[in-house]
Amino acid sequence: MRDGAVNTMSEVILKGVYKRYGKTVAVTDFNLHIEDKEFMVFVGPSGCGKSTTLRMIAGLEEISDGTLQIGEKICNDLPPKDRDIAMVFQNYALYPHMNVYENMAFGLRLRKTPKDLIDKKVREAAGILQIEHLLGRKPKELSGGQRQRVALGRAIVREPKVFLMDEPLSNLDAKLRVEMRSQIGKLHRRLGTTIIYVTHDQVEAMTMGTRIVVMKDGFIQQCDTPLNLYDFPKNKFVAGFIGSPSMNFLTVSVQNGMLNAQGLKVSPEGTLAQSLRPYEGKQVWMGIRPEHVGLKGFTNIPVGENIMEGEVEVVEPLGAQTDILVSVGGQILTAKVDGHVMVNAGDMVQLVVDRSKLHAFDLQSENALGRS
Amino acid sequence: MTSPRIIVRQAEKAKNNAKTRAVLSSIPLHVVLLVIASLWFIPALGLLVSSFRPPDAIANSGWWTALSGSFTLENYQNVLQHNDLGQAFLNSVLVTVPTTIMTLLIASITAFAFAWMKFAGRDLMFYIIVGLLVVPIQMTMVPVLKMFTSLGITGTFPAIWLAHTGYGLPFAIYLLRAFFSELLKEMLESAEIDGASPLVIFLRLVLPTSVSALASLGIFQFLWVWNDLLIALIYLGGQPSVAPLTVMVSNLVNQYGQGWQLLTAAAFLSMILPLMVFFSLQRYFVRGILAGSVKG
Repeated sequence: MRDGAVNTMSEVILKGVYKRYGKTVAVTDFNLHIEDKEFMVFVGPSGCGKSTTLRMIAGLEEISDGTLQIGEKICNDLPPKDRDIAMVFQNYALYPHMNVYENMAFGLRLRKTPKDLIDKKVREAAGILQIEHLLGRKPKELSGGQRQRVALGRAIVREPKVFLMDEPLSNLDAKLRVEMRSQIGKLHRRLGTTIIYVTHDQVEAMTMGTRIVVMKDGFIQQCDTPLNLYDFPKNKFVAGFIGSPSMNFLTVSVQNGMLNAQGLKVSPEGTLAQSLRPYEGKQVWMGIRPEHVGLKGFTNIPVGENIMEGEVEVVEPLGAQTDILVSVGGQILTAKVDGHVMVNAGDMVQLVVDRSKLHAFDLQSENALGRS
Repeated sequence: MTSPRIIVRQAEKAKNNAKTRAVLSSIPLHVVLLVIASLWFIPALGLLVSSFRPPDAIANSGWWTALSGSFTLENYQNVLQHNDLGQAFLNSVLVTVPTTIMTLLIASITAFAFAWMKFAGRDLMFYIIVGLLVVPIQMTMVPVLKMFTSLGITGTFPAIWLAHTGYGLPFAIYLLRAFFSELLKEMLESAEIDGASPLVIFLRLVLPTSVSALASLGIFQFLWVWNDLLIALIYLGGQPSVAPLTVMVSNLVNQYGQGWQLLTAAAFLSMILPLMVFFSLQRYFVRGILAGSVKG
């Protein structure tokens, strides 16, 4: 695909970037250094500013404040075509009156690329994406997955410094989405191009990204590798957003170093126990992921000062596992248990918490308390 | 137990019943449609029948009694032998075709700018143009005619090209802007990233994907200009060298006094070209009208 060292460095650096629409601020003080060849995912609920940020990098939205650097160039005022980027949209955005070949060749033709080179590049890209047999077809004759492949192909042939992808898989059905996910991953390894990928789906973010930026209300909440986000979320929002089913949060009070609430008494350990000391006598959020809660008698989690009692409200069998929703002193908590454990709604159960996986968050600021 | 054969027979019966019911229930609809269509068709039919009747017969009895009377081709012969017919037909083409092209060209570029380009005063300018839709043509005639006279173009083709294009533009811009703004934003953005300038986007993406809207607008404008008598009479005048078909046909009456039977034949002759245009672009016409609301 690449002939020689075309794109030396393709890092993207955003410094203090703002986006304002009149008085509303869509993106606030966005600072990020995206490394060369990195697969960076922006994730967050809708309206969090992730797409806006991507569109600012693309040049489709003006940057209100701050600087954007792609490679060695400051790109704030460059038109999109001079930024050496390619973008893939959620709704494919193919040119409906052109066939697949022309769709892919369009950008190259505009750049006055020689005809034989265009042909070579289009056929190579089509080969990578396995759409050679579709080159003569119009977009309306293609399925959703095929269209998205063509959209990817259109981006690949340009050999840009950076790929920008705006929820490219959201229009596909679940099975195809999983398939395309791994294909984009493969593509990234093969091309070695920097990719910035926007999604609202945390599973996509976790499986694809080398690093993930979690956004909310225009602010970066946290930027880290998938596992670090999972293990060390900086605040309650990130903790709840990453992981499925999402983390359980219960309000508890700290008494003699123990987390107390009706139906539960859990003793934190290690660094978390130290972090909780200033909160003695106060309330905090306790966070525990469903996969770190087990049914007493059916789990490997050692039993100690880590028991919760409650009534089962809902049982959701998923085959390999069963999600049970338990009311612990009126607070609902989800536990992921083995699929063959027999529990019924209405049963009183004892739950065991994995103390090493406990999280705690300040009640007001919702920031995480330090844990190791 | 019912045997399989009976079940099959019952299924067939049910199927036939459903079919019969479908046919029966669609009959009222078809009757209504037929009635409306024939009501609509009666004036044209009357005109057609009259055009084949001798003047005396037209004067003495209604066209619906024609079956008992005699038919003649005399009216058509008289009109076709009229000296100015060929010239008038040519004039009509010379008025209509350039006007239609000019309208489409200017309106599509303007509508694209209104729909997709950002510039100061864009919305205000668009509202003003939409506002022009309610200005009666009659109000503009004196000032425009004065202006044409001072420019010295009254009675020439450029005068009527300008007039018709001007009158047609507000609606054309309004219609095309509505259509263009329905185009997929990401498609145009994608082209922008691909390196296309606004002109390239307009020529290679917007126009090709808007053929249906352009065609239906083209038909509108063509028919409107072709059938126009008033504007042609005012800006072109009745000179045979420039007068279009409509003006010539209306003159037939004056020249022949009582000979208005010729009108019927002439009217049918003048319909030939618009009908050809309509039928050749018909498939776009239907699609174009729906284009704004239901996107395929």
